[in-house]
Amino acid sequence: MPLPYYVSPEQMMKDKAEYARKGIARGRSIVTLEFRDGILLVAENPSTLLHKISEIYDRIAFAGVGKYNEFENLRIAGIRHADVKGYSYSRGDVTAKALANAYSQALGNIFTQDIKPFEVEVLVAEVGDANGGRNEIYHILYDGTIEDERNYAAMGGQADEIRRFLKDHFREALALDESLQLGVRSLTVTQNKTLTERDLEVAVLDRTKERRKFRRIPPEALSQLLGTAR
Amino acid sequence: MNDGRWQDVFRSYVDSSFMELLRRDTPHLMPAPSTSASVAPADVPHGTTVIAVRYRDGVIMAGDRQATAGYQIASRRIEKIFKSDDLSGVGIAGAAGPAMEMAKLFQTELEHYEKVEGDNLSLEGKANKLGQMIRMNLQAAMMGLAVVPIFAGFDEKSGLGRLFKYDITGGRYEETNYDAQGSGSKDARDSLKKLWKKDMGRDDALQVALQALIDAADEDVGTGGPDFVRGIYPTVKTITRSGFGDVAEDEIRRVCEQILDDRKRNGNGG
Repeated sequence: MPLPYYVSPEQMMKDKAEYARKGIARGRSIVTLEFRDGILLVAENPSTLLHKISEIYDRIAFAGVGKYNEFENLRIAGIRHADVKGYSYSRGDVTAKALANAYSQALGNIFTQDIKPFEVEVLVAEVGDANGGRNEIYHILYDGTIEDERNYAAMGGQADEIRRFLKDHFREALALDESLQLGVRSLTVTQNKTLTERDLEVAVLDRTKERRKFRRIPPEALSQLLGTAR
Repeated sequence: MNDGRWQDVFRSYVDSSFMELLRRDTPHLMPAPSTSASVAPADVPHGTTVIAVRYRDGVIMAGDRQATAGYQIASRRIEKIFKSDDLSGVGIAGAAGPAMEMAKLFQTELEHYEKVEGDNLSLEGKANKLGQMIRMNLQAAMMGLAVVPIFAGFDEKSGLGRLFKYDITGGRYEETNYDAQGSGSKDARDSLKKLWKKDMGRDDALQVALQALIDAADEDVGTGGPDFVRGIYPTVKTITRSGFGDVAEDEIRRVCEQILDDRKRNGNGG
């Protein structure tokens, strides 16, 4: 039996990381911003049916970039984790932190053990409650690296440029429309085009809502918030 | 052949179901009856009377607040009407413990489906799902722990309120105008039969629902009436196109007072 070629672990990890990064860089970006009433998620996504942003639980939302089938699997796994936990303990015991850890473990294991790593980055956001609770935003990379972000987060093809832009332009406690306009502007920072409500998928975790804080913003409301309503 | 893996994907329609998820991954969390006991103790708390009344904008659901165990009052303040999602609700009657667990499982089931599929179940689909849950409880029902809820909701397709009643085997029957369930249900139904009118507005429907509950409390030992001493009043919820809403306790108290004053003045009630 011929021996398989020897590849050093360093080289193998490097190759995998490069492969995953390339896959992610091909996709469009997502940006998340904290605003006065909660957390805003904005994705460049021309499809109205295939979502990149989704509700996980009462106060928790999910966003994914990269390969659709891969982050869709992660999304459903997250909903299961949250629903079973909330059913067996109580709704308040479901936290973004535990979920982000689970994602980190899963992606880490896939990256080291499988031949093909997942070409995804995911984001888990939890809105604090109305009386001064803190928002939490976790960003999990293809290799299981986990970061907690403050004020804003970006992922996808142009993440670095978007982050640089937001570093200069982000302000705290913006109203929803201002925050949305900033988010959309940041998505086009590397491109020479304007995004309309038809190119966007937008949702908020709205702390003023009862129990389920997640709310999608439909195209009509979106064009009003963007100030492009006719 | 190793085509099994991708073919499994098409069998995974059950993956949108929270109940199937529990059954597969964490069966110990399933509300399963214990098979060791052959007869349930008689003094398990039971929920007593719940009703659903169709009116112009949708459905009103109402329930008294008492749980009864044998000849004792087990609780004076339990809630029997649960929101199952934005456009539907469940009123529980029968063994209170299993019934509340069923309501919680049902609520999680609908929310789980909605999140995974990105779309709501049809009202018909929700009603069938609840029927399956009741059938799962059949063994416990045979031991005396029956759960017989009323399910009501707003059907977006037809633009109408609809309501369903069940038997202990999970049999599902749609009622057109009103229904009552629980120990005081016969009295409540008699009352509804006389008072219900087509195309009632919200205020009339509220009045009719509370009349029926007060009649049930009057005749049935298990059903609690409005308690002015402790300030405990029936729960009333409305389900319309714009969602599942509470009727404020103040308004319920006022209508109850008015109904009882009328009866006092007319020497009504024997």
